[in-house]
Amino acid sequence: MDFQVVVLAGGFSKSLVPLVSKEVPKALLPVANRPVLSYVLDLLEQKSLKDLIVVVEGETAALSVSAWISSTYIDRLHVEVAAVPEDVGTAGAIRAIHHRLTAKDILVVSGDLVCDVPPGAVAAAHRRHDAVVTALLCSAPVSGPSDSGSSGAKDKAKKPGRYNIIALDPTKQFLLHIAAGAEVEKDIRVQKSILRAVSQMEIRSDLMDAHVYAFKRSILQDVLNQKETYQSLRRDVLPYLVRSQLRSELLSNGVQSEENGNGKDAMQNVKILPSQLLANASTPSFHELYPLGPDGSASMTRKTHKCCVYIANKSKYCARLNSIQAFSDINRDVVGDANHLSGYSFSVHNNVIHPSAVLGSKTTVGPQCVLGDGSQMGDKCSVKKSVIGRHCRIGSNVKVVSSVIMDHVTIGDGCSIQGSVICSNVQLQDRVILKDCQVGAGFVVTAGSEYKAESLAKKEKL
Amino acid sequence: MVAKKGGNRGGEDAEEELKREPLQAILLADSFATKFRPITLERPKVLLPLVNVPMIDYTLAWLESAGVEEVFVFCCAHSKQVMDYLKNSKWFAQPNFAVSTIESHNSISAGDALRLIYERHVISGDFILVTGDTVSNMPLTQALKEHKERRRKDNNAVMTIVIKQSKPSSITNQSRLGTEELFMAIDPDKKQLLYYEDKADDHKGTISLDKALLMDNASISLHNDKQDCYIDICSPEVLSLFTDNFDYQHLRRHFVKGLLLDDIMGYKIFTHEIHSSYAARIDNYRSYDTISKDIIQRWTYPLVPDVQFFGNCATKLERRGMYRASEVGLSRSAQIGPFTVIGNGTSIGSNTEISDSVVGEDCVIGSNVSIEGCYIWNNVTVEDGCKLKHAIVCDGVIMKSGAVLEPGAVLSFKVVVGQQFIVPAYSKVSLLQQPVKQDSDEELEYADNSSGIIGIPSISSIPEKLNDQFSTKLSDSQRRAGSEVGDGGVGFIWSLGEGGHEEEWRHSVAPIPADRLVEIIKTATDALEISNQDGNFLPPSGELEPDSVDNDSDEDARDDYSYFEKEVEATFLRAVHENVKEDHIILEVNSLRLSYNLTSTDCAGALFYSMMKLASDTPHDTPGELVKNVATVITKWKKLLKDYLTSIDEEIEVILKFEEMCLESTKEYTPLFVQVLHLLYNEDVIQEKSILDWASEKEEAEESDKLFLKQAEKFIQWLNEASEEED
Repeated sequence: MDFQVVVLAGGFSKSLVPLVSKEVPKALLPVANRPVLSYVLDLLEQKSLKDLIVVVEGETAALSVSAWISSTYIDRLHVEVAAVPEDVGTAGAIRAIHHRLTAKDILVVSGDLVCDVPPGAVAAAHRRHDAVVTALLCSAPVSGPSDSGSSGAKDKAKKPGRYNIIALDPTKQFLLHIAAGAEVEKDIRVQKSILRAVSQMEIRSDLMDAHVYAFKRSILQDVLNQKETYQSLRRDVLPYLVRSQLRSELLSNGVQSEENGNGKDAMQNVKILPSQLLANASTPSFHELYPLGPDGSASMTRKTHKCCVYIANKSKYCARLNSIQAFSDINRDVVGDANHLSGYSFSVHNNVIHPSAVLGSKTTVGPQCVLGDGSQMGDKCSVKKSVIGRHCRIGSNVKVVSSVIMDHVTIGDGCSIQGSVICSNVQLQDRVILKDCQVGAGFVVTAGSEYKAESLAKKEKL
Repeated sequence: MVAKKGGNRGGEDAEEELKREPLQAILLADSFATKFRPITLERPKVLLPLVNVPMIDYTLAWLESAGVEEVFVFCCAHSKQVMDYLKNSKWFAQPNFAVSTIESHNSISAGDALRLIYERHVISGDFILVTGDTVSNMPLTQALKEHKERRRKDNNAVMTIVIKQSKPSSITNQSRLGTEELFMAIDPDKKQLLYYEDKADDHKGTISLDKALLMDNASISLHNDKQDCYIDICSPEVLSLFTDNFDYQHLRRHFVKGLLLDDIMGYKIFTHEIHSSYAARIDNYRSYDTISKDIIQRWTYPLVPDVQFFGNCATKLERRGMYRASEVGLSRSAQIGPFTVIGNGTSIGSNTEISDSVVGEDCVIGSNVSIEGCYIWNNVTVEDGCKLKHAIVCDGVIMKSGAVLEPGAVLSFKVVVGQQFIVPAYSKVSLLQQPVKQDSDEELEYADNSSGIIGIPSISSIPEKLNDQFSTKLSDSQRRAGSEVGDGGVGFIWSLGEGGHEEEWRHSVAPIPADRLVEIIKTATDALEISNQDGNFLPPSGELEPDSVDNDSDEDARDDYSYFEKEVEATFLRAVHENVKEDHIILEVNSLRLSYNLTSTDCAGALFYSMMKLASDTPHDTPGELVKNVATVITKWKKLLKDYLTSIDEEIEVILKFEEMCLESTKEYTPLFVQVLHLLYNEDVIQEKSILDWASEKEEAEESDKLFLKQAEKFIQWLNEASEEED
């Protein structure tokens, strides 16, 4: 398969402070006690896409990611880790590594993706249509940032979050319009020329761009070279390709003839391709024009390119770890509804307790929980819908509900932790009560303190 | 009957309701448009023959078969002709199908018509709203049932419009019916209409959908491939809505768009798509042509020539889609091509070829005539050797030997075309002179229409009059008219409509010529290339867009301001030249300020600008004289200016304005900046503090911006020292 895979693993994402730290870049944040990046890598490995370039922002982050990959995936994957400067954006990252890209098509996957959609399906759709870009779309997660979390607005709580506004053709194979980011909240502006060509389009707000793209390499590099201001694949490059699909500036004439060939194929397959509709318009009078003159027909052939989509089945899980809320949601889902992703075999109680973990008497670990190896819990503790990392020491009478506790955390007696994220090496002294909080790595919460919806972290020296 | 079936399925309530109320329909026997002129000057559109049967018969026959029990025919233009026709037809004598007419003489739009009908209180329940030029065979059962079900759930669902799949041509962007392309947004589940754009409103390249639409619906379908059939199922509220909104005229442009935009009342419009049945409205000559062909090709079954649905006489369908009435005198050597209809009593001479055409009753067609794609009505005489291509020929026309009709020609009633005369393509010939052209303003389209009616008194009697004129001598005007259509001809060739020749081909009966298509494709490609060169045809997406939008609004504001400035200047100059009192100027400027929604700071700036402009416009030779000019103007008008300089902010605005002027509009002030500033200070127009504030504000500006600050450095220094001394 002539595909090169680029995993964009990001760096120290600001939106994830205080969860990320110098030691833990975004790619290594634990989801059910495994770095989030491992989900993408495992998924690619399953599909025998073993030649990867992992792009990490920042040298230090690259080093730690590289160290982790080489220890975990040695002999399994052939991974190159490339460091790019921070804040270059996704488009910048591709620009920075462009000399390494040689294959005909490039599969760009976000390193913070937790999903079970085979990337091969995206690649196949891409090849089938000879598209310039193919994007993976999945149903917008229902309990995204708008869940009753710290950031969500209450009026949105019941609806799925709106991430993108996407227009598709009736066969749901082609991407005709995409709005992301701030545009989502604005009026929708659809190009008439595209609508004329497809005659019918469906505008949806319940799909999310999963940030898995297959690009034609030459085109991608052309765009990145021509449009130097483009920073983001998702916000700049993809919308650009979509809106210029009927008046492409990218394809040379050589590709054009190929395009016409495709049009014919598609006609035989009774598929409606926008380009075909435009090139071979439905009125017979149009065809009469062809013999009218070589000049006329030459100016008529329009340069088009195709932007395709692969829409993941609704039953598939797909989420991106790009906010603190998403971190909690993904941890909850991976040990809960989507536990096939975690790679653990769940017990009859629907939970995972490592054999080396020690539980005190009358301590209960409910379903949808994971307890890492070497962790100890005192008496009369209760854990519900939570993930607890390795080598944690938890005292007695501790309640942990809907929370994520990373490795080497010490929790004193009588603590109550709800909806919170506790990073590595945190110390919670006795009777601490946390609700919807995030505690940064190495932080010490003093005895008896009580916090609600706060972010606690050591002041990092900048 | 059909409606009752729907009621049964819909539940008992609906059934009761239906028992109480017969299914009613409003048929507008006036299109409130001028597209069929000049023919419609003499005969109402609904009575024009469509494959030898008046259009209104198709509509009435369909309504009857669809289970409508009561029809109100609204007659306006040529109302007498319509009423007479109905009286003489059998429509008034049908069992279970009551036809009554409503006459109006002053309605100029569908809106007026519906308002009038509302006043009559004849509509009691849901009704079908159609125009008398609709050809359809769709069953109404399903659509009615859906409409009533929606109504029961939601009282605001006032209207269901019928749509049909029809892809407009990708070259001309018009449908096969010759109507403009239509963009619609429809909720795919509920079928609610969310957006409607016919007539590419402006030549924008994008459709803008309100963001609120997607808030309520997870998905929306946008369509460019549907055709509006102009068959509406309405609730009685529709009539009262027209009455409430007395400015609604057009059913689509005003009513539908009005309801879609106005979310206060929450009225909803739904769509019903038909797939297998036929529905279309004759909007222009092209749709006349298309629908005639559809009828001949039997898409409208049972409304086809060989089925006696109403009023038409027996015609036999022969091979290759040729229909021939019983008594046709056909020469042996005449060739009648496929898809042709020949009416009763028509005789056709030898070696004549007719194809894809409709020939009416009692026509006399000579020998060696070629007729292709034409619509020839009744009592037409075509002498030997004529050539007719894609033309409409109305009743009583005489074409003398050798005359030629080029594609798209329309001959109105009783026109005579002289020997060997060639009627040019797309021309319209009538015995009536073209009414004086009026403004083609949107609103006036209706007025134009009405004036057409009023301008020609008792229109129904005109044909008779014309008859008289024929039998007697030709009047002067007609003799003049004769010269327009050849030797011995009678008729005026109308000059082309507002669109001119350019647009005529779009709506004509003639197919669009190939060279025209090439042209369109070329321009389209050029346009594409231009938009490519522009690069940012759409603003860049993502985070960049907010900025660009802000810029837009900024520009708007600036535009506003420059208009305001101009008006203030004009006001001021008038004051100078006509000695208007200061109080009056203040009043006027204030009212300008309010109408442009600006602040008094802007007024100060604009006034100051006007004064300086006046000073610089006053003749002067040296900069020194200019300063003097400024001094005189300022001294004279400082009271006025002072009126707007109530605070430091406004004074600073004046300084900034002056700076801007020096930089941009009147460069001659540039070297005089300090002098004028000093003058303003001396005249107490500007206080010391505002100059100092301005200076400190400018301190942080970019170097390039500090040009005048540097000029004024000494002056400011002096001011500073002065203030220190005071301290």
